[in-house]
Amino acid sequence: MNEMHPTPRTYIINCVALLALLGLTIAAAYLNLGPFNTVVAMLISLAKGGLIALFFMHLRYSKPLIWIFAGAGVFWLGIMLVLALGDYLTRGWR
Amino acid sequence: MTTATLQAEPQPVARVARTYLNERTTIASWLLTTDHKRIALLYMVSITLFFLIGGAAATLMRLELLTPQGDLVASDTYNKLFTIHGVVMVWFFLIPSIPTVLGNFLLPMMIGARDVAFPKINLASWYLFMGGGAFAVFSILSGGVDTGWTFYTPYSSTYANGHVIAMATGIFIAGFGSIATGLNFIVTTHKMRAPGMTWMKLPLFVWSLYTTSIILVLATPVLAITLALMALERAFGVGIFNPSLGGDPLLFQHLFWFYSHPAVYIMILPGMGVVSELITCFARKKIFGYQFVAAASVAIAVLGFLVWGHHMFVSSQSIYAGMIFSVLSFMVAIPSAIKVFNWTATLYKGSISFHTPMLYALGFIGLFTIGGLTGLFLASLAVDVHVHDTYFVIAHFHYIMVGGMVMAYLGALHFWWPKITGRMYPEWLAKLAALSIFAGFNLTFFPQFILGYLGMPRRYHVYAPEFQVLNVLSTAGASILALGYFLPLGYLLWSWKYGKIAGPNPWRATGLEWTTPSPPPKDNFDTTPIVTEGPYEYDPRATEAELRAAHA
Repeated sequence: MNEMHPTPRTYIINCVALLALLGLTIAAAYLNLGPFNTVVAMLISLAKGGLIALFFMHLRYSKPLIWIFAGAGVFWLGIMLVLALGDYLTRGWR
Repeated sequence: MTTATLQAEPQPVARVARTYLNERTTIASWLLTTDHKRIALLYMVSITLFFLIGGAAATLMRLELLTPQGDLVASDTYNKLFTIHGVVMVWFFLIPSIPTVLGNFLLPMMIGARDVAFPKINLASWYLFMGGGAFAVFSILSGGVDTGWTFYTPYSSTYANGHVIAMATGIFIAGFGSIATGLNFIVTTHKMRAPGMTWMKLPLFVWSLYTTSIILVLATPVLAITLALMALERAFGVGIFNPSLGGDPLLFQHLFWFYSHPAVYIMILPGMGVVSELITCFARKKIFGYQFVAAASVAIAVLGFLVWGHHMFVSSQSIYAGMIFSVLSFMVAIPSAIKVFNWTATLYKGSISFHTPMLYALGFIGLFTIGGLTGLFLASLAVDVHVHDTYFVIAHFHYIMVGGMVMAYLGALHFWWPKITGRMYPEWLAKLAALSIFAGFNLTFFPQFILGYLGMPRRYHVYAPEFQVLNVLSTAGASILALGYFLPLGYLLWSWKYGKIAGPNPWRATGLEWTTPSPPPKDNFDTTPIVTEGPYEYDPRATEAELRAAHA
């Protein structure tokens, strides 16, 4: 592991950013964007997850092997979503 | 396997003065230990107790099924019995069994390390496991749960009585123990290997633990979230799975099986690793196709994540998804078959001896093959419609989990028992137990294939009278099986004190764990071993020559 670690200042900035994104999530829930409500909520949550992984979980300061493991986690989530959607999206097919 | 010379013959040496067992003997020294070997024993005692609870529930079920009428327990009690049996056996015995007991004991020794990477987290894993177990036992004692081990919604989240949330909380907490163990094993395998112990020199048991750990880390969080969502719906009426609240019940099944199908491989992969160790030692041969057996473990771990939908063929899942899941399920047979064929090829021209661990290993190969092949029946869309939720399914997965996994666990326990305790178990009694288990197991579960094919559904305590003969056979088999399980419980405990002194390497096995005294000292090795050879450097011809000379 790289010796570099986030400073307390980085943590505080991140914390504020996460709280701001939380506010954005709540605000977006009050806008009627039709099907795009989900898309916006997902994008915001991806941004939150990214901040947590990069800074709070130290991924930004880690070696490639750690990135591979983190990537595997995301990839496996993708497997779950794709194969489960394979059910939901084809239920109406005849 | 190392530059250190292996002990040629089991020698009755005096027990080493200081071992991990006698270094400190207070109760606190056990409960606060960070020694991987002691933690392994803590797990061994715990999972044996849970096995007895799960076994007691199974005994009552089999007794009830002796007659077609519901004359021993009420239907509600029967529902609770199969739920207790499933929950306890899956999460508190099968999943932790080989990884936490033998994996904990052996992984550091097999790679030439003094302990796992995070000894304190290792102890914390056991406390999480026991905390989860306490919730499960509370749930059982305070009235039980009748949802089945699968907790299908909306029944579990809306309609079921009983302590569903307490049971789910138990599984949730124990799951964190699993994740921590998996994480520990992954880091240990990456970072703690002795000099010269390259990936292609790892014992296959280590490969299987490594791949199992990856599944533990990737799948268990999904189970935790799923059970948490179910509890949220049950406690607060948040609509996630219940259609009347706007949820989708199949979403629960997707999430549940995304964990629970890979969980089958959490159970069976370590068993496969054990069999690779036993077959090579008792055939005195190098494993046939090391790379293929190792890669097959990885392939099973990966493919195991892609097949969960085969549990949902008749659930109104899209038929197109069903087709994809069916094809993917068939693909898992390929790496599994690679392993079976490679073990068989390893036996070819080996110098085979039938010690108890080998009996279990051979039993594993046969029973796992039957379990695996009947899995292909179930993975076929049309056949599954006929046998879904029947005793055919029960027989199939018990062939994998009991015929495969429990056989491997017992084989491993006997094989490494001399290392764990420094004592030998009584061989004849052990062989008798192994044969009782094999015979009892088949008599219990083979009739269930026929029952299922004939249409007897699972989870019913009242059945049509024409099914009675096969059910009586099954219950008779279960009593032989139970005898087979109680025998090792008795003689292993006896041998701990009175067994013959084993010496460091009674099987003349390769592997770093056999280069240390039995029982090992606290830090495993006096000096860090340097590995120069691959695992399984056995010579069947030399063994045969020795045997001929001994009998001349």
